[in-house]
Amino acid sequence: MADAPEAGLKTRPYSDAMRKAEHEMVVCNACRYCEAYCPVFQAMEQRVTFSPGDLTYLANLCHNCGECLYACQYAPPHEFGIDVPHTLSKLRVESYESFAWPSFAAVAFRRPWAATLVALSVGAVVVASIANRTARDFYGVVPHGVMVILFGAVGVFAVLALAVGHRRFAGRTIVGGRAARDAVTLKHLHATGQDCVDAEETRRPWRRWMHHCTFYGFALCFASTTVAAIYHVIFGWIAPYAYTSVPVVLGTLGGLGLLIGPAGLFLVDRRRDPDLSDASERSLGGSFLVLLFLTSLTGLLLLVLRETPSMPALLVVHLAIVLALFLTLPYGKFVHGIYRAAALGKFRREENHEDAKISKGTNPN
Amino acid sequence: MSPEPYDVAVLGGGNAALCAALAAAERGARVIVIERAPREFRGGNSRHTRNLRCMHAAPTDVLTDAYTEDEFMADVMRVTGGVTNETLARMMIRGSADAPRRMGRFGARFQPSLRGTLHLGRTNAFFLGGGKALMNSAYAAAERLGVRVAYNADVIGLSIRDGRFESATVRMAAGDIEVRAAAVVLAAGGFEANLEWLAEIWGEAAKNFIIRGTPYNTGTVLRLMLDAGAEPVGDPAQCHAVAIDARAPKFDGGIVTRLDSVPLGIVVNTHGDRFYDEGEDYWPKRYAIWGRLVAQQPDQIAYSIVDSKAVGRFMPSVFPPLVASSIRELASAINVPAGTLTSTIERFNAAVRPGTFDHQALDDCRTEGLVPNKTHWAQRLDTPPFHAYPLRPGITFTYLGVKVDERARVVLKGGVSENMFAAGEIMAGNILGRGYVAGVGMTIGTVFGEIAGRGAYGG
Repeated sequence: MADAPEAGLKTRPYSDAMRKAEHEMVVCNACRYCEAYCPVFQAMEQRVTFSPGDLTYLANLCHNCGECLYACQYAPPHEFGIDVPHTLSKLRVESYESFAWPSFAAVAFRRPWAATLVALSVGAVVVASIANRTARDFYGVVPHGVMVILFGAVGVFAVLALAVGHRRFAGRTIVGGRAARDAVTLKHLHATGQDCVDAEETRRPWRRWMHHCTFYGFALCFASTTVAAIYHVIFGWIAPYAYTSVPVVLGTLGGLGLLIGPAGLFLVDRRRDPDLSDASERSLGGSFLVLLFLTSLTGLLLLVLRETPSMPALLVVHLAIVLALFLTLPYGKFVHGIYRAAALGKFRREENHEDAKISKGTNPN
Repeated sequence: MSPEPYDVAVLGGGNAALCAALAAAERGARVIVIERAPREFRGGNSRHTRNLRCMHAAPTDVLTDAYTEDEFMADVMRVTGGVTNETLARMMIRGSADAPRRMGRFGARFQPSLRGTLHLGRTNAFFLGGGKALMNSAYAAAERLGVRVAYNADVIGLSIRDGRFESATVRMAAGDIEVRAAAVVLAAGGFEANLEWLAEIWGEAAKNFIIRGTPYNTGTVLRLMLDAGAEPVGDPAQCHAVAIDARAPKFDGGIVTRLDSVPLGIVVNTHGDRFYDEGEDYWPKRYAIWGRLVAQQPDQIAYSIVDSKAVGRFMPSVFPPLVASSIRELASAINVPAGTLTSTIERFNAAVRPGTFDHQALDDCRTEGLVPNKTHWAQRLDTPPFHAYPLRPGITFTYLGVKVDERARVVLKGGVSENMFAAGEIMAGNILGRGYVAGVGMTIGTVFGEIAGRGAYGG
């Protein structure tokens, strides 16, 4: 049933979290009351046994909407102790560790706040050492070529590390269009017609909306940088750009998204029932949100204060934070997007496979 | 808890109780729900349910095709063998048509028909997430309507004068209190979790029964009512029992302890002998008789045995099978005499007639010359490894209840009570004198819960 790419995963031993997840999936598979909530249970029903690869797939398919905990007749204090959102949350973070490249960097997933501080320190030292704080313009502080080489190198490394992680999880598969849409619309946070839960019978849209602010804010900032690079390289237009220019408008909107979204997600996560997720995943999320928020905050301040004497210092701080963000991308919460999309892709492929089987296997009436 | 008199006291905390509480509270009543379980285990046996049976003339968003009143009534007549109050049964059926919509008003959510549930998708509406999710939404609605809910609250006495309810004595952690109310709704279930009561009927065998649902249905309210002169209904010596995995927890194991391997192999008792036709009919139609069958075996235990041909052909079970590479080894794993088991299986294998195996249909694979024969799906047990699952009787519910009239009012020996109503399992015996058809318990609770709640406040 499982795709070939996971062949390597199947030989992995079961961790304690996997043993717990396996127990829970066996109970869930004999119950199936939650099958209409989300793809996790539909994918589960295609299986009779659960290999480490299957469990890793299910963990990354889970959006942590929380419904199945409150619906569960076997949730603690029942002796079966089923808490699927929590168990899969823990397993997800474990899987991020296991896919990390290079492997020693997996420690970042175990100590996300420390990793963030280390990355910030590295960023500060590196940027401070190359910056000329007495300059009056952006590229006087850090020359454009240096910026390109530094962020280009770190960026390329981050993309490579993410690609290796994806390869380790999903092999050579590519996320299809429908799965990509499922991912960027957060379909499974409201597929039942209502939003996911923060606590029993408490369904609010905030988690989804704040995630949209964060994701699309990030995308707009990325677009802003890309447009600015085109301006610079192709047209020879040198930053800073006017407030009404495309890079600044995109960057400002994206920056606002990256202020509101991470702050909102941070607050939503703090208020959510702690039984719904593992502390390791909350730390991972929290540290990433703080970094995103600081990136955006310093970026927007830089925009507003770019013609004041505080510009050079602000630019150094901003670049240091951005460098820390780049450094931690493959070793923090950011990776969930890669693995979630890959899992959704696999789910859609299995679904097609099932449909094909059904249309072959049953008579027409 | 406030000592003030309530308009309606609801004794019990499952679906019928909450339907009654919501119906009364919606009309402005001051309502208290007295639930014996702690909050985490609230909802009686409703928390283990999944759907309710609904009549409908045309497809709806949650039900396919049509299921008419007459077809529903025919199903009730069939499973009860006519032991039903037809007037009440038809009230339940008619009331079921609108039940999903009315439950939806209070936040209940239903799932669209899915693979795997299709065979019930025509007759039964499935709660999204199951019965516990339903109860969560009902309790949340009750909270919004100002209903008071007392958890860990055990009714230990009823004060009834001249056929009228006056108050209930409720034992709580802080002590005993009297709850006064203008009317009462009895919705406290049956006595299936009361091991002593079961032992009065079944003797020593009862100690080996497993209770599939809540441990809180000990029948205290039912007993108080019968002692106070309520007319009983339903066979006092009967319960609905299925064969479940013997390794299930004593209480609250719910749906996952179900075992679907029986029709694919043979079932032997602790002596190693077969005792009933495992292939009599489709398993969902027959699984309810196996509780009684196992209860009649020595030590109330039996073993479902299949070989590797059956693996993957039945719903996965929560407990792993006992696996052995030979019959002798299997006999020792399940502690059954190896000689008898071997000869039982040899005789069975020799009696299997050639046929075309099809476990989706009543196929022609059967045995000849055995007592008892296996009449469908009979295949030789000849392909190791062999798998065994231990079986015990799992009690779902009891039939004994209080008699009610068409307004859900309790019928006492001296006449109908004006302010005592009953809903759910405690009165289900009016409609289900015996037998069971999937989802009808929740239909009875929903329809009569609302009738009782309405009747209890303003009529």
